[in-house]
Amino acid sequence: MVEGVEYDLKSSQPPQQLTRLNNLNILNILNNKMKDRDKKGLFQLELVRAAAVQSVVKLNPRQMFRNPVMFTVEIGTAIMLVVTVLSMMSGADVATLGHPGYNFTIFILLLLTVLFANFAEAFAEARGKAQAESLRKTRKDTPAKLLLEGGTITTVSSSELRRGDQFVCESGDIIPTDGEIIEGLATIDESAITGESAPVIREAGGDKSSVTGGTKVLSDRIVVSVTVQPGESFLDKMIALVEGASRQKTPNEIALTILLAGFTLVFVIVCVTLKPFADYANTPISIAAYVSLFVCLIPTTIGGLLSAIGIAGMDRALRANVITKSGKAVETAGDIDVLLLDKTGTITIGNRKATNFYATDGVRREDLIRNSVLSSLADETPEGKSIVELASPDLVRGLSIEGATMIKFTAETRTSGVNLADGTRIRKGAQDTIRQLVERAGNAFPDDIAKEIQHISSNGGTPLAVSVNEKVVGAIELQDIIKTGISERFDRLRKMGIKTVMVTGDNPLTAKFIAEKAGVDDFIAEAKPEDKMEYIKKEQNEGRLVAMMGDGTNDAPALAQADVGVAMNSGTQAAKEAGNMVDLDNDPTKLIEIVEIGKQLLMTRGTLTTFSIANDVAKYFAIVPALFMASIPALQHLNIMRLYSPESAILSAVIFNALIIPALIPLALKGVEYKPIGASALLRRNLFIYGLGGIVVPFLGIKLIDLLVTMFL
Amino acid sequence: MNTELLGVLVIFLLTLALAWPLGHYIARVYSGERTWTDPIFGPIERLFFRVSGIDPNHEMTWVEHLKALLTINLIWFLMTMFVLMNMGWLPLNPDGNPSMSPDLAFNTTISFVVNCNLQHYSGETGLSYLGQIWLMFLQFVSAATGLAAAAVLFNALKTRTTTPLQGLGLGSGVRVGLGNFYNYFLKSSTRILLPLSILVTIILMLNGSPMTFEGKDTMVGLQGDTVQVSRGPVAAFVAIKHIGTNGGGFFGANSAHPLENPNYLTSLLELFAQFIIPAAMVFAFGFYLRRRKLALMIFGVMTIGFLMLVIPNIVFEMKGNPAFSAMGVDQSLGAMEGKEIRFGAAMSGYWSILTTVISTGSVNAMHDSTMPLSGMNELLAMMVNAFYGGCGVGLLNFFVYLIIAVFIAGLMVGRTPEFLGKKVEAREVKIAMITALLSPLLIMGGTAMAAWAQVQDPTLPWLNNPGFHGFSEMLYEMTSSNANNGSGFEGLGDNNPFWNISTGIVLILGRFIPIIGPIAIAGLLASKKYIPESAGTLKTDTTTFGVMVFSVIAILTALSYFPALALGPIAEYFSM
Repeated sequence: MVEGVEYDLKSSQPPQQLTRLNNLNILNILNNKMKDRDKKGLFQLELVRAAAVQSVVKLNPRQMFRNPVMFTVEIGTAIMLVVTVLSMMSGADVATLGHPGYNFTIFILLLLTVLFANFAEAFAEARGKAQAESLRKTRKDTPAKLLLEGGTITTVSSSELRRGDQFVCESGDIIPTDGEIIEGLATIDESAITGESAPVIREAGGDKSSVTGGTKVLSDRIVVSVTVQPGESFLDKMIALVEGASRQKTPNEIALTILLAGFTLVFVIVCVTLKPFADYANTPISIAAYVSLFVCLIPTTIGGLLSAIGIAGMDRALRANVITKSGKAVETAGDIDVLLLDKTGTITIGNRKATNFYATDGVRREDLIRNSVLSSLADETPEGKSIVELASPDLVRGLSIEGATMIKFTAETRTSGVNLADGTRIRKGAQDTIRQLVERAGNAFPDDIAKEIQHISSNGGTPLAVSVNEKVVGAIELQDIIKTGISERFDRLRKMGIKTVMVTGDNPLTAKFIAEKAGVDDFIAEAKPEDKMEYIKKEQNEGRLVAMMGDGTNDAPALAQADVGVAMNSGTQAAKEAGNMVDLDNDPTKLIEIVEIGKQLLMTRGTLTTFSIANDVAKYFAIVPALFMASIPALQHLNIMRLYSPESAILSAVIFNALIIPALIPLALKGVEYKPIGASALLRRNLFIYGLGGIVVPFLGIKLIDLLVTMFL
Repeated sequence: MNTELLGVLVIFLLTLALAWPLGHYIARVYSGERTWTDPIFGPIERLFFRVSGIDPNHEMTWVEHLKALLTINLIWFLMTMFVLMNMGWLPLNPDGNPSMSPDLAFNTTISFVVNCNLQHYSGETGLSYLGQIWLMFLQFVSAATGLAAAAVLFNALKTRTTTPLQGLGLGSGVRVGLGNFYNYFLKSSTRILLPLSILVTIILMLNGSPMTFEGKDTMVGLQGDTVQVSRGPVAAFVAIKHIGTNGGGFFGANSAHPLENPNYLTSLLELFAQFIIPAAMVFAFGFYLRRRKLALMIFGVMTIGFLMLVIPNIVFEMKGNPAFSAMGVDQSLGAMEGKEIRFGAAMSGYWSILTTVISTGSVNAMHDSTMPLSGMNELLAMMVNAFYGGCGVGLLNFFVYLIIAVFIAGLMVGRTPEFLGKKVEAREVKIAMITALLSPLLIMGGTAMAAWAQVQDPTLPWLNNPGFHGFSEMLYEMTSSNANNGSGFEGLGDNNPFWNISTGIVLILGRFIPIIGPIAIAGLLASKKYIPESAGTLKTDTTTFGVMVFSVIAILTALSYFPALALGPIAEYFSM
């Protein structure tokens, strides 16, 4: 017999309710948060000031050496400084050294070029740091109730906590540092980190045992074990990454640096060999002209912005509330081929919802609905609530369960229901348990309902049979509600070339139905943690890169195995250690954003490289005629921009070369927009904008600057 | 339509049409499939392998391939030095020609070993028949070296390793077998070069090219004076000179000489012969890898590049020289200075670009006399050196541009770059950049040294023409050496230690580094894990990617050489 359990209807909601955040809501809040940030504008004054100071500090050759392209510009600047000083000395040879004023102008312009490049890097660093600091602010020194051996509690500063220490937090306390709950359960306000005001439940054991420093305990008491040393939290690591102290070049960045160094060497060859060529053609070329030609030709635009682009990538991840453990992880995200997503919370809204009532022959639909509602009124599970919601308000009104006894769902009975005050027994549950129940009482299970239940199952729904006094009255259809807009996101992913895989505990039939409906490419049904791991390994053996998101300790091996493993901040410490990113919002759809950030990062580098090299065409047409026009008048025909004079032509090219760096800082920081239109179409688009544009823009820019410069000459 | 142009068009299209089936055949040869030549050459090859003790089925890594390649080239170098410096007293010297000076022998040896065939001598007086035959042998083996290297590239790009490998490279213990070098090498000679050469030789003989070991003949001219006419095994020499994209002439005047190129038909034949293998190799690449679309993309890029160079040349040469027009000289036949009347301006313009894009370097007209911008296009053809390119090596050169394009394009679409399912990473980019850097370094560096020497000592007797044209002559010589082309702007006094030694060094580096680089890249790629294609993968067999590759080639070449070209042909053009 089913045993009745008393249930106090006035008690607070069951704790697990709180953890079920409406994901769509989170997205909205997040979006608003992002908008607030954007309102402040890209260039905040205090950041600009800090970056300006840093750009001078970064002139230190030891630091510049990391960037071969800009390092050569710095050498060129130094040469021009020497030339300027020499040409100012009395009796200087103006023919070879050039006019002092002109030399000085070139020197200043080259210095600006280096400073602009440094500024780009420093500014990206400052922004990333500011972002990280604002997160770190939440963890100012707070008093911690250190739990000593023997159970006594002393209050210490949070900075004195070491890994392994245990502290106690009660309602109203700010959690002093990151840790894992080893005892108790508490509701916690994590809004300081996530911006989400609804409190969450964290409890010892299980997958939601992690607490973050700076968040506030709202109720209950927990004992927490410290998991990080001071200065070693993920945020601290991220700040170090952004600041450059521990920033390592990613593999793609190294390859690109080699390519740029190669181009720089080509122009070293061009400029060095130009000297004997010019001598042969009886054309004296000043040192200023050589240095200008060289600096204009080498890819300073991308060289100057390269590290800023990389930092901005991590910064964008941070703005999406994702902490990355390395720059490489962000880049790898752009290469992902396969995405493993949990069904619940990602593809479907947390829980199933009732979508229909089916009454058996001879039972009025209203009666079925009324009984269903009665059995669910005190049922606080989302399924139960959804039944009440589905019934029309007219039917619900006036129904009362005064004096009724609730029968809670248990794993053994697999039914729930209510015993009304008048003795009516209403039960709802899976088909086979209700069938047992009614058949034991000597009643038949009606064929029409059996058929209906079959139908519901094959449509991916979950059927519930309803009985009143051990007689079947009908069935309720529960359906997984697929999040609105999710199939468009999968479409977008498919166009990016990413295969989506749904992971679910459902049976294969239901899984298949939901997979098809949501538009995922594959699914793992009745999934156990090992299945995820196996799937990842299989895909990796076939050469694909896999990303996944997880929170539980049993996810940790798969998180470590995946090429990009995103752990939820609410997850266990083990999961967070295993993954290479931590999502502060605990939002499973975040992976899609991370992939786009990774792609943007690579694209920004690629397009600016193309732009930078394409610019050289126009610079050649400005400088080469300027070098030879005086002695070889025939080469005037190459001066297709009709620049005013050789001096103005060279100055214009150098000014353009310097100004284009700050002009492109916003693009470098925001990243080139990614459009999932297929690789070839994307290449066409970027080749058109940044390749062709890179050829045309400097022609216009240099001509314009020449017109302005001419006014001052 | 103009008959001259029609002739050019017909031979161009005919070559393309025949390159397709030949490409199919070559792919079958390298993949070891059955071909109709098996019964004829199979026994000969087996005999070779039995005598030499080489196991043609022994799989070599890319490093072993390169070792084998360099070793056999070194042996030929030594043997050739010996022959050229001693042929005066060796047999087969009916005309009693002298042995070569050490620096000339050095230059000539390298020049023929590396498939360049820059000639600082004249065959009539500079070589005995033994020397000629020995050089003819080198024309076979140097072409076969290039073809075998390309076959290694084919094999490497087809290899798909399924298990992830770590620590690739030298001495890492990872063996990825890429076929047997000697097998590829021998088959290139027996199955491809030899049959085609025999065919061309027979047609040349039928049209009057000599094929004899007798010495000079005496001819009495129309005016009654007696002329000594040099002869020799010319037909066979000229056949492999073109089939192997060598270009080294039997006589000093190369294919402008009536015995090397008797009439319009043989001229068409020689145009066909030098073009057929480079064109067929691109198709063979597609057949071998079963990626015909990729091969067509490559072929399309090469053809567009070729047409952009050849069409202006034909137009310039047919329009005639404005400087002569101004003097009242009739230019209706085109700019005929330095050209043979039996070939005409159109065909000579076509030849001038075909021979420079393809690294043949044989000439049927004086390139020194072509119009300034025609000269620039000839230079550009050799600077790029990958629009078709030489036997096998053209594809290797193109591969380097391809890798750079793949890398930049890959970043532009937001994905770690990959080519044929293999990730292109720092090491590959490094090798590709070093290889791509070599050309500007050698060409500009070499020319700079020469220009510097001229400035130091203006009395040096090198230049026929001062000024811009003289500069072009020096630039051309270095460019031709680096591209292993072998044609000359001539007018340059180049048989002296400076030019013999400097171009000799440029030849070696310009030959072997562009072979080592691509083979190393392909070898590294071969040992990488294969990544299946997805919708996010950048497809390399599309028109869009073709535009990308073309842009990379155009921009890289323009940026490297614009100042030099401005001081040479461009300045000359604007000064006219």
